[in-house]
Amino acid sequence: MDSEKVIEIENLSKQFKDLKAVNNLNLNVYKGDVFGFLGPNGAGKSTTIRMLVSLIAPTEGSIKVFGKTLKQHRTEILSNIGAIVERPDFYGYLSAFKNLEIMGKISGKEISKNRIMEVLELVGLEKRCKSKVKTFSHGMKQRLGLAQALLHDPELIILDEPTTGLDPQGMKEIRDLIIYLSKEKQKTIFLSSHVLYEVELIANRMIIIDKGSAKVEGNVEELLDSKNVRVTFEVDDLEKTKLLLNNTLWIDKLDTAVNGKLIFNLSHGEAPQLNKYLVQNDIMVGAMIPTRSLEEYFLNITQKVSG
Amino acid sequence: MIKLINIELYKIFKKWRTYIGFIAIAILVPVIEFALQIEGHKSLDFMTRDLQQSFIFVGNLLNTYFVSYLILNSLSVHIPFLITLVAGDLLAGEATAGTYRLILTRPVSRMKIVSSKFIAGIIYTFLLILWLAIVSLGLGYLLLGTGELMVFRGGIIMVFAKNDILWRFLLAYGFAVLSMGVVASLAFLFSALVENAIGPIITTMAIIIIFLIISAINVDLFQTIKPYLFTSYMGSWSMFFDKPIDTYEIVKSTLIMLGHIAGLFGLASYIFYKKDILT
Repeated sequence: MDSEKVIEIENLSKQFKDLKAVNNLNLNVYKGDVFGFLGPNGAGKSTTIRMLVSLIAPTEGSIKVFGKTLKQHRTEILSNIGAIVERPDFYGYLSAFKNLEIMGKISGKEISKNRIMEVLELVGLEKRCKSKVKTFSHGMKQRLGLAQALLHDPELIILDEPTTGLDPQGMKEIRDLIIYLSKEKQKTIFLSSHVLYEVELIANRMIIIDKGSAKVEGNVEELLDSKNVRVTFEVDDLEKTKLLLNNTLWIDKLDTAVNGKLIFNLSHGEAPQLNKYLVQNDIMVGAMIPTRSLEEYFLNITQKVSG
Repeated sequence: MIKLINIELYKIFKKWRTYIGFIAIAILVPVIEFALQIEGHKSLDFMTRDLQQSFIFVGNLLNTYFVSYLILNSLSVHIPFLITLVAGDLLAGEATAGTYRLILTRPVSRMKIVSSKFIAGIIYTFLLILWLAIVSLGLGYLLLGTGELMVFRGGIIMVFAKNDILWRFLLAYGFAVLSMGVVASLAFLFSALVENAIGPIITTMAIIIIFLIISAINVDLFQTIKPYLFTSYMGSWSMFFDKPIDTYEIVKSTLIMLGHIAGLFGLASYIFYKKDILT
């Protein structure tokens, strides 16, 4: 890869008494990447992010951001990073505007009131700018978290599970905003998540970690295209569907059939074909839901590695 | 740095708990002064009943200076509690709220953040003592008027002329800021260690009370320890009401207090600098 490295993590480890939260982790994020940082809960994602923004000190290893060592150039590096680390917490007794004004004053750049309103508009909170943050819902706090991360127009944006706790509409809005920041504003985005589907939608590169170590890293399309997708079909007549499928090759791909739902392990592009086949044979398909979870995908990866 | 201190002061004075100290003083001091206005003469007669056999007391002895002097004695326990309410929350409050993650991911050094918070805490301490002085002397002046100040120092009665009092109060309140600065520094240190503000408040108050008890018990072992307890110097403000003033003792007490403030702040800064932010 010839692109400029924005984040270089080498042999990074963090030990908390008896727990090794991060174990010899290596990763690179390149300029313009939307980098998916995946792993199940407790995998070490947040610990890594906390080290990346200098909230905690690594036990071993090095972190370079924009080509400079974080330990030696902390202030300079942080002036070009915007981050949400875990849940978005603010001074609840202050308004959204005042919270951002305070963050702006310590961001190392001159932040005007217009800029504050601009980012509030970007996340759809301009009408609540004078409301105290303690009156905000989780989703609103999450959006305000994004606003504070974008306030000083940083090159690198680190988002730690930014859609956690949001409703589907809120999740979509955040995803759209990330895509906008990447495509329109050319920001480099480091996105931590435990939802594979989310990363699949917006990231170009990704890494999966578990128990503090990297399991797989690479291009999202290349990593996911070769995998089977689990798709749940909700049908009106389960028995009729099973009978129909018994005479076809689809039956080999059927994993479970219960409560009006059939779960298939399908290859890329097979889901629309199956849907078409069912509909043409008078089966009403109520819903078609891809259910590839990180845990399942992750299991496949580790089985492949160990096998 | 001034920007950071302003931010910290803004945050302090936007919190309800900050005003508890000011409100408590605004309620307690008038209550004491009203009570003394009504009943004070009887108490003063009782206190001086033996002396009245040999001396004649003339003038207004129950005045604003006398009452303010009595109120300053509350410095040992009551005012520290009001100080710790804010000082104990300075760092731990950020941990509880989860806002460490906001401020420490900004391009500001941890030393600057901890220093600005500490200075803001000391400014709050100064303002609280200033408020105590204004309410004690100001309201006392309106209710009780002025007069000579009579104080009991080591079994001796000292009487100060009206024009010889205010500067003594000025210095006494100045020393009070210093001794309360030690209390604030101690609460600040505990605030750097834990993740909620209740711990620093309780621990600081427990230390003050234990030290005061040790100082008060007349046992040889405790008397040996006494010079090493900061609480032994908290009452040194009263030395400004000696005749003549023991400058050596006052300078010594001042240096001990300053040493405590510097030491406690240094330790708190070191802990904060090394701290892993996990909240």
